[in-house]
Amino acid sequence: MILASILCGLATGRGPEVAAAAVEGTSAAVQLALSIAGMLCLWTGVMEVMRQSGLADKLSKLLAPVLRRLFPQAARDRDTMDSISANVSANLLGLGSAATPLGLEAARRLARSSPGVASDNLCMLVVCNTASIQLIPTTVASVRAAEGCQTPFDILPAVWLASALSVGVGIIACKIFAKTWRD
Amino acid sequence: MDLFFTMLVPLTIGAIAVYAAGRRVDVYSALVQGAGSGLDTLLRIIPALVGLMTAVYMLRASGALELLAGALAPLLDRLGLPSELLPLMLVRPISGSAALGVGAELISTYGPNSDLGRMAAVMLGSTETTFYTIAVYFGAVGITRTRYAVPAALCADLTGFLAAAWAVRICF
Repeated sequence: MILASILCGLATGRGPEVAAAAVEGTSAAVQLALSIAGMLCLWTGVMEVMRQSGLADKLSKLLAPVLRRLFPQAARDRDTMDSISANVSANLLGLGSAATPLGLEAARRLARSSPGVASDNLCMLVVCNTASIQLIPTTVASVRAAEGCQTPFDILPAVWLASALSVGVGIIACKIFAKTWRD
Repeated sequence: MDLFFTMLVPLTIGAIAVYAAGRRVDVYSALVQGAGSGLDTLLRIIPALVGLMTAVYMLRASGALELLAGALAPLLDRLGLPSELLPLMLVRPISGSAALGVGAELISTYGPNSDLGRMAAVMLGSTETTFYTIAVYFGAVGITRTRYAVPAALCADLTGFLAAAWAVRICF
């Protein structure tokens, strides 16, 4: 990226601007980090309260019936299903640091039946994790708040709509590919 | 309805606190403990943020983005996506902190309550760092044949981008 901008800057005669931007960019990064720090910490705090009070476990129980249909092969193994539903509910709550180890645990169990090759269920798990299903996008909201927005969460309905469509298409794509993919 | 979505977040926090207190959880110390882990996350992303925002600022100043956006603008227009959002869509699947940097820049340039600012925010909120996630998962469990995981994930990303622009037009 840096190389491209230097070349392009020289080609378009904007060398000095590129040099100034390099300095500006570094301080903008630290400012951004500082301005979102408060809200980010508050939310990881709230998530921790949910985890300790058992709300997070409840959510994962609630999701189990839906997930059994998405992961038919995994549904036979209880432990695999448990880690999948814990992974999905951690993703819903935006507990990124909890979601990844849980997801990897689920992936490890799913991969045992077909070493080296991604099974249909494993593809589904990975696609579900690449589509954001976080209910409350706290980081983005803190960026909006930092830019002086009074109602940083007014984008929630739009985020839910876009997330639902994106996850839905991902799941449908997986199901279609599972039937049609030729290795 | 607007009031509902504005109050949703404080109400959620309140309800969680009341529930946790009812379950005899030390709410305050759990909150503080969790907030500490938020700081860890922040510290982890600052170095990447510095590197990437510097590169993004330089790229923007060099005019390279305008060239690329100009070339792709007709296609994006037909899909209803403003070409200003192109840099965000390009980095989003590759790097989370870069996307956050580019998105924050868009929100600050056009304002958090402009259509463009909102679209950028919704895109950030409804998509993930696809390639990074795929690499972590398949790398961790030793998968070499990924089959259709990448195309399926990219279908979801593309839908997310289109739906973000579309959802902002509907909701606001």
